[in-house]
Amino acid sequence: MGSYIPATREERQKMLESIGLTSMDQLYSIVPEEALLKELNIPEGMSELEVAQKVSAMADENKKFRSIFRGAGAYHHYIPSIVKTVTSKEEFLTAYTPYQAEISQGVLQSIFEYQTQVCELTGMDVSNASVYDGAVAAAEAVLMCQERKRSTVVVSGSCDPQTLAVIKTYCGSRDVPVVVIPAVDCATYLEALKAALTKETAAVYVQSPNYYGVIEDMDAVVAAAHEVGAKAIMGANPISLGLLKTPGEYGADVAVCEGQPLGMPIGFGGPYLGIMTCTQAMTRKLPGRIVGQTTDHDGRRAFVLTLQAREQHIRREKASSNICSNEALCAMTASVYLAAMGPKGLRQAAESSAAHAHYLAAELEKIGFKLRVNKPFFNEFLTDCPVAPEKICAALEAKGILGGLPLDGGILWCCTELNSRGDIDALVAILKEVCA
Amino acid sequence: MKLLFERSVPGRGMDLLPACDVPAAEFDPSLLRGAAPHLPEISEIDLGRHYTELAKQTHGVNDGFYPLGSCTMKYNPRVNEEMAALPGFTQIHPLQPIETVQGCLEALYTAEQLLCEITGMDGMTLQPAAGAHGEYTGLQLIRSYHLSRGDTARNKIIVPDSAHGTNPASASMVGYKVVSIPSNPEGGVDLEALRAAVGPDTAGLMLTNPNTVGLFDPNILEITKIVHDAGGLCYYDGANLNAVMGHVRPGDMGFDCVHLNLHKTFSTPHGGGGPGSGPAGCKEFLKPFLPTPHVKKTETGYELYAPEQSMGKVRSFYGNFLVVLKALTYVLTLGKEGIPEASAGAVLNANYMMSKLVGSYDMACNGLCMHEFVMDLSRQAHDYGFTAMDVAKRLLDFGMHPPTMYFPLIVHEALMIEPTETESPETLDEAAEVYLKILAEGMEDAEKLHHAPLNCAISRPDEVGAARNPVVRYTFEA
Repeated sequence: MGSYIPATREERQKMLESIGLTSMDQLYSIVPEEALLKELNIPEGMSELEVAQKVSAMADENKKFRSIFRGAGAYHHYIPSIVKTVTSKEEFLTAYTPYQAEISQGVLQSIFEYQTQVCELTGMDVSNASVYDGAVAAAEAVLMCQERKRSTVVVSGSCDPQTLAVIKTYCGSRDVPVVVIPAVDCATYLEALKAALTKETAAVYVQSPNYYGVIEDMDAVVAAAHEVGAKAIMGANPISLGLLKTPGEYGADVAVCEGQPLGMPIGFGGPYLGIMTCTQAMTRKLPGRIVGQTTDHDGRRAFVLTLQAREQHIRREKASSNICSNEALCAMTASVYLAAMGPKGLRQAAESSAAHAHYLAAELEKIGFKLRVNKPFFNEFLTDCPVAPEKICAALEAKGILGGLPLDGGILWCCTELNSRGDIDALVAILKEVCA
Repeated sequence: MKLLFERSVPGRGMDLLPACDVPAAEFDPSLLRGAAPHLPEISEIDLGRHYTELAKQTHGVNDGFYPLGSCTMKYNPRVNEEMAALPGFTQIHPLQPIETVQGCLEALYTAEQLLCEITGMDGMTLQPAAGAHGEYTGLQLIRSYHLSRGDTARNKIIVPDSAHGTNPASASMVGYKVVSIPSNPEGGVDLEALRAAVGPDTAGLMLTNPNTVGLFDPNILEITKIVHDAGGLCYYDGANLNAVMGHVRPGDMGFDCVHLNLHKTFSTPHGGGGPGSGPAGCKEFLKPFLPTPHVKKTETGYELYAPEQSMGKVRSFYGNFLVVLKALTYVLTLGKEGIPEASAGAVLNANYMMSKLVGSYDMACNGLCMHEFVMDLSRQAHDYGFTAMDVAKRLLDFGMHPPTMYFPLIVHEALMIEPTETESPETLDEAAEVYLKILAEGMEDAEKLHHAPLNCAISRPDEVGAARNPVVRYTFEA
């Protein structure tokens, strides 16, 4: 049995005696007899060696693909070595939320740096210290746009279905109406979206590049939202922002991203990073921790958790959200990633992802995988399939390749800088055989 | 110290990616961003040193004693980190075919089974990413249940005034009104106040037991019965589970649902504020409402399914999977004897340290405590002019993390100490000596404590100024 208690049995006995007790059971004498547990029905403990073997055996039950052409909310990008080196430092790993600023300047400064970087990335004014993931960021975003006479939320069905599901859960809890505009031709149905907007609309949420990879007409979306006095929320892929027009440039009021592509492994879905940024005007509606710069008693620059009057430990039931723990170490991961890549490296990752995806699309078209729509896309696109998508994916799986995601009778493909020309050519060669 | 941006030199950087081996994609210029983001241009060595310097200005559990009450800052075992870093987990796409992720599903299923047994629950979702997220999910289970029965009148959640701030905030997130009831002097539930508060509009009660004063509420069975008799459900805030796991289970105390903080009780590191994990567990009758997807075991292997009356999703995919793996490793390591031994060790350490301070410091309550205890500095504030804040700030000079300050709200000058089981008796002895020394300093010269800390990277920061004129990002010169 493993244990992380330093005190020996003898030491524990002495400690018990020093507080006037003779046995450990007496520590629980206040618990009503009928509620006391007789025996915990779980397996006996193990040595470190045994537990390492047991958990490693579970890892071995999974199939690790050497080449991945699937995205749909989780993106396989290169992670620079320094990212892991920094984020495994035990000071960062084992600290709690930085309540005591005097011995937490390291964590606080890193969050301030993160906030600055994601503001630069999204073109927005203010960022919080992160929320749980991109889907929750979108849900928190629609809630922060609620006003007394405006509650309805209009969401384009072209967004990630998981994001839509979380928005529905969060809004459902508070009886906030959600109007979903079904996507047409893999993109936002602008006319229907405009028709759904009223003076009761609090916010419009559109993701671009959307779930199908298509770059949306965000100028039109933002203009339509603002015309009725509603807030415009844009969801974005953070890597795409190394290249594409930013939410800030489109005039969005709130921008959210799933931050996972910025240095986090796909890791079977988490932990990921909810990036949440907004305009200056909406600062005090932003949920979660925010780090601010100030000075110490001696006039030196210092960083603290700030604007806490929004938060649960002060406001309790009137707080803007219940969030306290967030994804701090993931935010630091993103920050180290962005610093390591720099403006040039980030642009390179974005361009390379887009270039590979466009090359793959062209090669696929040559062998009969027709693009579902002819619209600008970033690094994902939906194609029709000459044979059943499942048959294609099975053939690829046998060769250690994770194909695109079967979706709407076709396949949603994804490329990043990791899908080299050689890998793409190999993929296309296999598909050719399957379809022959 | 310098910010990343102040270390940036144009043209510097790292060579991380190869030149693109296919033609560039062409975009209409209207789709492109106008200017590149101001990201640091920095060499690898300077970036490494930057974070090494930041690490030196960060206090983690591995740097020293960290008795932050309510937060269970126990040791984070290294083997957990190693397991969660296995490529067989980190490189698995969440949307891979089900037969290729059987190991991940086995891990999720096993973690759920073990945590259900520890809490006395029948089902659990691992989707919530933190404690407050688990609270939201648990309350949404309660809401879904009442609504499924057409019981729309139940719109109030009862929360004692000693509760964690997340409790009322989470209740608001699910659209409930909060009824705050006073606690008795021991921080426990005032039974008369509870009886007066329950009724046909009661959706449920949120409670942590042991409570935030560090005491186990001996009336717990009566409390949950009062709520059930009124048609409400009982929600257990698992923040303090480290006091009782393996000894008494929320399910046996009469609770219907619960959330856990894997980053507290189950030894996963807190990462400076996350990622955590906040599973929400429930009794059989609430299982149909759990978030989707949920893992089940069949004859042919593990599968994902949507519970029939599911509340939907509270996060993408399956939650903070790699964090769950760390907690799973921990529970497998400790096992049936190790789990109750850990909590008993936590209670022993708290009582041992309290016994060294009682008589010098005033305790919020007398008698044995559970895994944490609360001191009240009101007398020192009145007689000598130094406060809980002053003591906390002076502790920083001794390389110790202060206790939780000014919580629970029902104790005015509160310092809440939770040593955890992973501290040795010597550490507790040394810490107690420091606490006594600071008390003596304050009684001799309170002014000295007002200036503490004296030996940290910064002195006390101007928090009022920070909130009045928020500077929440670096501004680049035009």
